[in-house]
Amino acid sequence: MEALIQSLIQGVLLGGLYAAIGIGMSLIFGIVKLTNLAHGDFLILGSYISLVVTSTLGISPFLSLIIVVPVMFCIGFLVQNTMLNRVLAKGAEPTLMITFGLSIVIQNLLLYFFTADARNLKSSIALKSITLSDGIRIPVIYLIGCIVGIVIILVLGAYFKKTYQGKAIMAAADDLEVAQLMGVNTKNIYALAMGISISTAAIAGVLVGVIYNFYPTSGSSYLVIAFAVVVIGGMGSTYGTLAAGFIFGVAQVLGAHFFGAQAQLLTGYVVLLIMLIFRPQGLFSR
Amino acid sequence: MSDYLLKAEDINAKYGDFHAVQGASFDIKKGEIISVIGTNGAGKSTLMKAIVGIMKPSGGKVYYKGEDVTGIPTHKLVEMGLIAVPEGGRVFPRMTVLDNLIMGSYTPKARKNRDQALERVYSLFPILKEKANQAAGSLSGGQRQMVAIGRALMSDPELVLFDEISLGLAPTVIKDIYATIRQINKEGLTVILVEQDVKRSLKMSTKAYVMLKGKIVLEGNSQELTEEEVKRAYFGI
Repeated sequence: MEALIQSLIQGVLLGGLYAAIGIGMSLIFGIVKLTNLAHGDFLILGSYISLVVTSTLGISPFLSLIIVVPVMFCIGFLVQNTMLNRVLAKGAEPTLMITFGLSIVIQNLLLYFFTADARNLKSSIALKSITLSDGIRIPVIYLIGCIVGIVIILVLGAYFKKTYQGKAIMAAADDLEVAQLMGVNTKNIYALAMGISISTAAIAGVLVGVIYNFYPTSGSSYLVIAFAVVVIGGMGSTYGTLAAGFIFGVAQVLGAHFFGAQAQLLTGYVVLLIMLIFRPQGLFSR
Repeated sequence: MSDYLLKAEDINAKYGDFHAVQGASFDIKKGEIISVIGTNGAGKSTLMKAIVGIMKPSGGKVYYKGEDVTGIPTHKLVEMGLIAVPEGGRVFPRMTVLDNLIMGSYTPKARKNRDQALERVYSLFPILKEKANQAAGSLSGGQRQMVAIGRALMSDPELVLFDEISLGLAPTVIKDIYATIRQINKEGLTVILVEQDVKRSLKMSTKAYVMLKGKIVLEGNSQELTEEEVKRAYFGI
């Protein structure tokens, strides 16, 4: 029984982290109608930039976010502004190709500068845990990951609801041309959305960098997680992404609990497949 | 030149090889209502898109308040007080009625007077206040049109361009909406009506332009044009 509770807790905590991994991709899906195949690579790029900042300044990975997030925001903004916005009118394929190209370029740049060695972000928190009872422990870093995921989503939700800029992003997602007619500079809004998307990816990148080892090619596995979360939650749904993170996380961990550790990933994707069959628009499709 | 609030000269617009607007010219003075009449596919909407900067004209000039504004981005025109009510009451369907209206006051200039503008819209369309927190997509066609008009008024405009405002609406609703347009015109707004409804357009406007196959084939003072004459131009017979 305790083992099951431990699994459930772990699944929920993992779910918050998964939401953080997927939220940026979901945003861009919903707003720009663009599948960012480089989302995972941007995430890992965030891990590496944090690695550079922490080792140069000797600060904790969490503190490094003060630098990593603005840098990644600018990268996202520029990528959208200088590359993706140019080809948007030509349909979905060119943007898909560009993000695929970006994915390869980022991986190889990382390989060039950092070699293929395993890296991680060092934090003393990584090993700490809170003991609730004999069999139930909460690893602090997962707890932080989960809280950060929830906070990101609540902050974004408030931003979209309360601010002119956020409303303009939602309006552009609803009807691009009408948003333009109301005086929204839509290209600018897209760049802003991508900046936000990549910033959330970078935050997730720092979290996973503290928890797991990473390599220049690690991005692909995070892309798959992001994709799963986006599909389950409904593309572009902020709170759906959070719920989807929990569902995906719990499904994985329960799979591991009942069928053994090797079944963890498989169960997650079986749930994804079932979701696709019965609710292809996602749970919380707007 | 400065007599006109807006003047379009020899506008051409193309979709690929399709020459949708072929040398259309029209002008409007401050405080006027003009109508641009034509069948589906006559090029009216494309002409309007070229005017408001959604689409770059392939030829011709647009002057607004005496300035050459040809091909400048829409958001700049909105700041200058030119706003469009898009065809078919296009709202932001997943946003609330209130958020739709707020989006109308997106430009810095309009944000300052937002609360005042909102009160005015609510007094024109009391139903919108009742439905403020509903998703705009859940409203009826007529109510959506009210949202679209109210949203445009939120921008503190001088010139409002109504694109096919009566499309798909019940006659009584159309009547109400046209009464509102007349009222806001009396309060000082300049209005361009893009319409398929010949009779109503002539009745509402001071000047009318009839479009056919991308060209303006007839223009004149609405009172002097006969319905017969307009209909012939409208159908090209």
